[in-house]
Order: sequence, then C-alpha cells, then structure tokens
Amino acid sequence: MRFRTLQQLAALCEAEGKTIADLMLEEQAKESGRSPEKEWSTMASYYGIMKEAVRKGLTEDTTSRSGLTGLDAQRVNTYLGSHEASVGEEACRAMAYALAVSEVNASMGRIIATPTAGSCGIIPGVFVSAQERFGWDDDHLVKGLFCAGAIGYVVANNSFVSGAEGGCQAEVGSAIAMAAGAMTELRGGTPSQAVHAVGLALKNTLGLICDPVGGLVEVPCIVRNGFGAVNALAAADMALAGVRSAIPSDEVVTVMYEVGSAMPEKHRETAKGGLAQTPTGKKIMSELNLRRKKP
Amino acid sequence: MRFKDVFSIIGPAMIGPSSSHTAGAIRLGRVARCLFGSRPEHADITFYGSFADTYQGHGTDLAIVGGLLDYDTDDPRIPTSLDGAEEEGMDVTFRTSRTPAPHPNTARMNLKGGGRELTVTGASIGGGNIEISSINSFDVKFTGMYPTLVLSHEDRPGMIADITAILRIWNMNIGYMDLDRKSRNGEAMTVIEVDSPISGKLAEQIRSIGGMQEVGVVDLREGES
Ligand code: SF4
Repeated sequence: MRFRTLQQLAALCEAEGKTIADLMLEEQAKESGRSPEKEWSTMASYYGIMKEAVRKGLTEDTTSRSGLTGLDAQRVNTYLGSHEASVGEEACRAMAYALAVSEVNASMGRIIATPTAGSCGIIPGVFVSAQERFGWDDDHLVKGLFCAGAIGYVVANNSFVSGAEGGCQAEVGSAIAMAAGAMTELRGGTPSQAVHAVGLALKNTLGLICDPVGGLVEVPCIVRNGFGAVNALAAADMALAGVRSAIPSDEVVTVMYEVGSAMPEKHRETAKGGLAQTPTGKKIMSELNLRRKKP
Repeated sequence: MRFKDVFSIIGPAMIGPSSSHTAGAIRLGRVARCLFGSRPEHADITFYGSFADTYQGHGTDLAIVGGLLDYDTDDPRIPTSLDGAEEEGMDVTFRTSRTPAPHPNTARMNLKGGGRELTVTGASIGGGNIEISSINSFDVKFTGMYPTLVLSHEDRPGMIADITAILRIWNMNIGYMDLDRKSRNGEAMTVIEVDSPISGKLAEQIRSIGGMQEVGVVDLREGES
C-alpha cells in the first residue's frame, strides 16, 4: 500500500484525481497479486451477505443462544412504521438495520466483520438504508466498502481494531469512522472531507471501554451498533457541510492508541469491569455459568 | 503493517458472534490443520488470556475445532463442530492456563496422529486476523493470509540457497522470510511468505532438498470465498 496515514491517503487521491475507493481497489489488487475484477467480486459478495443479514435480522428470530438479546431491530422497525422517530425516519432506519445485523451476529448467523464482528452492524446499517433512500445501485455501495476499508486499514495499523487490545473505541469507534468517511465519499464529498469525517467521528468515541456482559458480544455491543450508525450519519453530514476536524484525523487515531494502551485490562473485553461487573451484569454472568455447567 | 490489505478490515465473512473469538480461532485451527497435513486423532487445546476467560460464551472451542476440521470462517457447521469431530474420529480436550501470554487472545494446539506430533501457538489479533508465534518450540511469525511455506530442516550451509533457487525457478517472489534454529548445526525452521499460490509440485521439489524434513503449506485466503 502506498499510504500509511489518512493524510497520505487523501493527498494521493487528490494528486491522482481518484476517489478513495478507486485508489484502494488498485492498491488492493497490487498487494494481493489478484486482478481488480477478482477483488471487486469478493467485495461485492460481501455486500450481498450484508444485505442478507439486514433482511434476516428484520424478519427472523434473532434470539441469541444466551437468551439475553434478540428482536430489538424488529421492535425499532415496527416503531418506525407507526411513529415519528425522534432522530428522523432515515437515521432511525439506519439504526434498525444496524441492530438487525448485530443481532444476526449474536445469534450465530453469517455476517461480515467490519472491522470486527462486534461492530459488524454499523456499516451495513448505514449502507443498506442509504441505498434504499438514494436509489444507489450495488456497485456504488461496493465502492463504499473499499473506501471504508482504506480508512480502517490506516486506523488498524496505527492503532488497533480489537476490544481486547484497545477497548470498544477500537471496534465500534473505528466502524463509525469508516462508515462516516465512506458515506461522505458516497455522497460526493472529496477525499479530504471524507478524512475529516473520520476524525470528527473518532473523537466522539475516544475512551469507550469494552465491557461485554458475560463476555458475550451482546450487551452493550448490539445497541452500540445502533447508536453507531446514527453517529456515522451525523459525522458525514458535518463533513459534507464543511466542518473540519480541528485536530487532524491522524492525530486522533494516535490518541485512540494512547487511550487504548492506557486502558486497564478490566475494560478490554475481559468482562472484569464496566457494565459486565454491575450487580445485574454479574447476576447474568453467574446464571450463564450455571447453565453451562449443566450437561 | 499488522493489517495488510482491505480484506483484513472488511471481512472475513463469518459465523458470529466474535471475530477474535470465533473467526480468528477458526483460522488458528486451520493453520494447525494445514501444517499437520491431515486430520489429527487427538487435539489438546490450551486457551490463554481473554480466550481462557470467555471461550465458552463465544464458542471459541467450537470454532477452533471447526478450524481443525478444515471448516472455513463462514461454514454453517461451526456451531456443531464438536459433533463433527466425533463423527470424524478426532478427540479433543480443552484446558485453560493462567500463564501470561504475549497477546490476550492466545491458543496453543497440540496435535497427534499417525505417529506424528505438532504444537502450534498463535494469537487472534482482532477482526479475525491471526498471528502464529510458535511451531514445535521454534519462534515464527506469520498470518496465514499469504501463501506460506513452513519448512523444518537441518541447519546446514547452503540450505537457504537451495530453497530460494527452487523458488526462483518457479518465479516466486518472496514477501517475507524468517529462520529460527534450536542450536548451531541442529534443526531449523524457515518460514517464507510468497506472492503467488504454492503448487503441490513446488512443495514436492522443496521436499526433495537434502536435509529437508517437513514441508508445510499454509494459504488461508485461497480456501476462503
Ligand atoms: S463492548 Fe467489546 S465486544 Fe462489545 S462491541 Fe465493543 S469492543 Fe466489541
């Protein structure tokens, strides 16, 4: 890859007159030694799986094995049909779709990790709802995935993308940043605007801990995906309006690294702190353990 | 760069619920399976760190066994892999260890069968990506996402030249190479990542080098959609 930072990514795109998505596709083909067509078709099949996961989460029983979560996407979707959503219809739909995919994940269904399974709902939530809203064809969204991937590639290599290493800011935070940057580009923003969207979004999740109840990717993961989709739309809107991240996005990524490195182990996926250790969190965990011990 | 391409960020396609604890664990199992070369009769798996704390809730046990059975990350049989193992005659034991591991999500797999034994240790570093850190007590470092040769051989002068000469004939570009040895003139292990798929014929030629003991080929990306 010819870029290691977001600034380099935007500069390359601007110098060569390319979108982030086009540049990423070229770089990817060079890196893998496979043809751009082959890489494109893999990504297109991933987008198909995302759409299928949205559909499944809205129509099938997504109760998880633990019984802790499920069907919230359908609750929100039904509400949307009969109420005026406070966040507005479109953001509410993105939220419902994000919840849907996360619930499919929690119930051992098929999803695409973006960048992880814990945060797999945000990008499909934003993308699939935007596709319906703006009437985009699939190819446009596949481009969006290459754009999101380029952003995630920089974030991951300069910081981290797993809750065990850097807390939830690294998973849900990165996914929001990727969705925000991609949405900015999909709606006609420049590479530099897309990069600003990343910084704007990431700043809003700095410090978010990873504290899954019972160690399961369910509570609070699923609702964080719902919120994440809405935040991504907000960051894209700010960037498209010309709002800039006063602290350059690469520096925000570095801060995420600094904060994650300083995060105590109990707030990094071990279920030894945060929501996992609340009285109710502990009670849920001990009930799960009891159930497991029974044959 | 720990994450090398766009599909280490977007992807893999996988069965939930956790990329580190499920998809990464499958890949760890698959690497061990590739290196072993066939289905082991016994698999003894030790979990460290966060894997030790939460492996049951995430189905890490099901995932790693699925990997040992050569299932892919999005194989619908993952939730029932323990039954699969029983049907195929692979017996499995799980342990947890409190010994600190270099990475929070680490697993060690000891495989036996057909008179052979293999121990592979690796970590799941996020987003389903993995890093193998040790094979039979040799220190190694690779991800399985590139076509990779894992060679056990005598530590003798000219060995590397013999290996690279064959790669050259096959016009293979080396992306990464690393050698670890137990002692001077003892056994050594060389790991080579190349840019294009490794054919059976190429592996055969390398196997015929004097002093070559084992030739393992790992290429997780090829098997995945
Ligand atoms: S709380 Fe932890 S497990 Fe859940 S989504 Fe966030 S990082 Fe992933």
